[in-house]
Amino acid sequence: MTRFIDKDTRVLVQGITGSQGAFHTHLMREYGTKVVAGTVPGRGGQTIEGLPVYDTVVEAEESHGVDASIIFVPAPYALDAALESVEAGLDPVVIITEGMPVRDSIELMARARLSGTTIVGPNTPGLIKAGECKMGIMPAQVFKKGEVGVISRSGTLFYEVAAHITRVGLGQSTCVGLGGDPVVGLDYVDVLRWFEEDPETEAVALIGEIGGDAEERAAAFIGDGGFTKPVAAYVAGRAAVPGKRMGHAGAIIQGSMGTAESKMNALRDAGVAVGEFPRQVAESLKELL
Amino acid sequence: MKLLEYEAKEHFRRHGIPTPQGRMITTPREARDYTAELGKPVVIKAQLPVGGRGKAGGVRFADTPEEAAEVADALLGMRIKGLTVEKLYVEEKLSIVNEIYLGVTVDRRNKAYVVLASSEGGMDIEEVAAKTPERIVRHLVDPVHGLRGYHGNLVAKRLGYGGRKMLQFAAFVESLYELALEMDAELTEINPLAEVEDGFTAADARLNVDNNALFRHGELEERLLESYQSELTEREMKARSKGLTYVELDGNIGIIGNGAGLTMATLDTVMLHGGRAANFLDLGGGATPERIGEAAKFVLGDERARALLVNVLGGITRCDHIAEGVVAARREVAVEKPIVVRMMGTNEEEGRKILKEAGVETLGSMEEAAELAVKLAEAS
Repeated sequence: MTRFIDKDTRVLVQGITGSQGAFHTHLMREYGTKVVAGTVPGRGGQTIEGLPVYDTVVEAEESHGVDASIIFVPAPYALDAALESVEAGLDPVVIITEGMPVRDSIELMARARLSGTTIVGPNTPGLIKAGECKMGIMPAQVFKKGEVGVISRSGTLFYEVAAHITRVGLGQSTCVGLGGDPVVGLDYVDVLRWFEEDPETEAVALIGEIGGDAEERAAAFIGDGGFTKPVAAYVAGRAAVPGKRMGHAGAIIQGSMGTAESKMNALRDAGVAVGEFPRQVAESLKELL
Repeated sequence: MKLLEYEAKEHFRRHGIPTPQGRMITTPREARDYTAELGKPVVIKAQLPVGGRGKAGGVRFADTPEEAAEVADALLGMRIKGLTVEKLYVEEKLSIVNEIYLGVTVDRRNKAYVVLASSEGGMDIEEVAAKTPERIVRHLVDPVHGLRGYHGNLVAKRLGYGGRKMLQFAAFVESLYELALEMDAELTEINPLAEVEDGFTAADARLNVDNNALFRHGELEERLLESYQSELTEREMKARSKGLTYVELDGNIGIIGNGAGLTMATLDTVMLHGGRAANFLDLGGGATPERIGEAAKFVLGDERARALLVNVLGGITRCDHIAEGVVAARREVAVEKPIVVRMMGTNEEEGRKILKEAGVETLGSMEEAAELAVKLAEAS
């Protein structure tokens, strides 16, 4: 079983001197994440937040034994940054960057497949192992260590559901933001496979949105017996207008494909408890556990 | 970003993709002159970034230069799907043996480009895919090795072509894939791709470029605003100029949220409580009080909006900033409208205090807030 992240994961921040990079490095460390170094080409030798900055990933890796990378660099440089970490053997590589061209994502995913590297994102809030390690930009206060694995394409909606899970007295194991772009490293099925094996995850909250067919495929996987723990889901976008883009590249309905109804029905047919409102995901899980 | 047919065809020609002789024109006189220059019957097509222009009467034929001028005169200024026709493409009329579909797009699931081809050209390809999937030839391009010559041959063979026509069609497939890569296409398609006596030619051309890749296509960045003008409503254009992510809808409750998923969920919750959203406005992450104020002013200024619902999950965005922005906007907008704020997270208490002092209703639950906003919109 591939490890995502835990309290021992040694994290590199690419783009650490930018405002987002620096800000979130501070918050990640506050949460307990072992951030050990950062990189920015041309800034090697500097320090930020008390951490050493290197020009290249290989140098950071050799000096500190880095495991994983989180990327905050601007979109035009995101492919380079991610390839550099993949080549250096870091895993997972989490890409927070928004606006990465889809051609670049395709190239990156093909390269990552060759080495078996897990890419999270792009355009993701990241991932968090509650109480141990946060590799992302999510607000820490809504999470509490517990038994529910969370998978989401969206960011704030993911925090909303996580907050409800905490409010009903449950907590989270690992939470994965898949990312809102058309081409991302992980899909629901990849993470469900992982949660099936993860002894700390007893149930899953699946948060979807309109566009694409990732939720339908997750439903098929669950329906075919690929995932055996309880699942509760919420799908956003019932009020969306076909053809209108709702922010995310992913959140657009084309024709009848990828509507909220089609996703909700597919999940229901697979035995998933589908809520009308985000809060009901947490309430269903409370009953199921 | 959707390029117009004539622009797409310029890129096609640059990649050696056969296209009929044609020219973009903007006056009946030019239509007449160009038709005379060609010396043969023509087809005249409205240049719009929307599909279905043929059904809407935007594609017409003319046999003589005079007729071409008349047709151009009728088409220019015509309204199709809310857009005004300002440009026409005059092209030689073809004698078509067969209409084919050929497209290259992104396969999300397989994280690769995919070539789609069908002998059922001229029709809506999604309809063909739904009704007769066996009529669609699908070739997934290996991102490492790319599309090789033999892949093109395979696609051509599966459409039933052999010999010289196979080679001609294969060259079409290869060139279109190269174009898709070079231009960062989300979608490029030819529908119909005309099979003519001695080969193939692109009777139509569609090229949608990934907006995220415009930094690699400087020449298109300038066109972006123009392309938005044809795709966005007036209010949406105004919002864009203020840097707001805004979609106009047809209800009466103004909505502001942060993050696309949560904002969509807010729209849904309003709908499930019997209301209709007037808009979708996503603040994105880490909005400042000024930006929040700007957004709130924009939505409150919409005369269709009878109430404003703000739903924010504080993370990077601070609830006290939300409160400050909303209060400032209310002060600056002359019209008094009910405002309901739901917020949770970073600096929630500080935010609630600011709003309470200003007399703005704050709720902790999204559903209660949506319900209240629907009630207030109905009452006002």
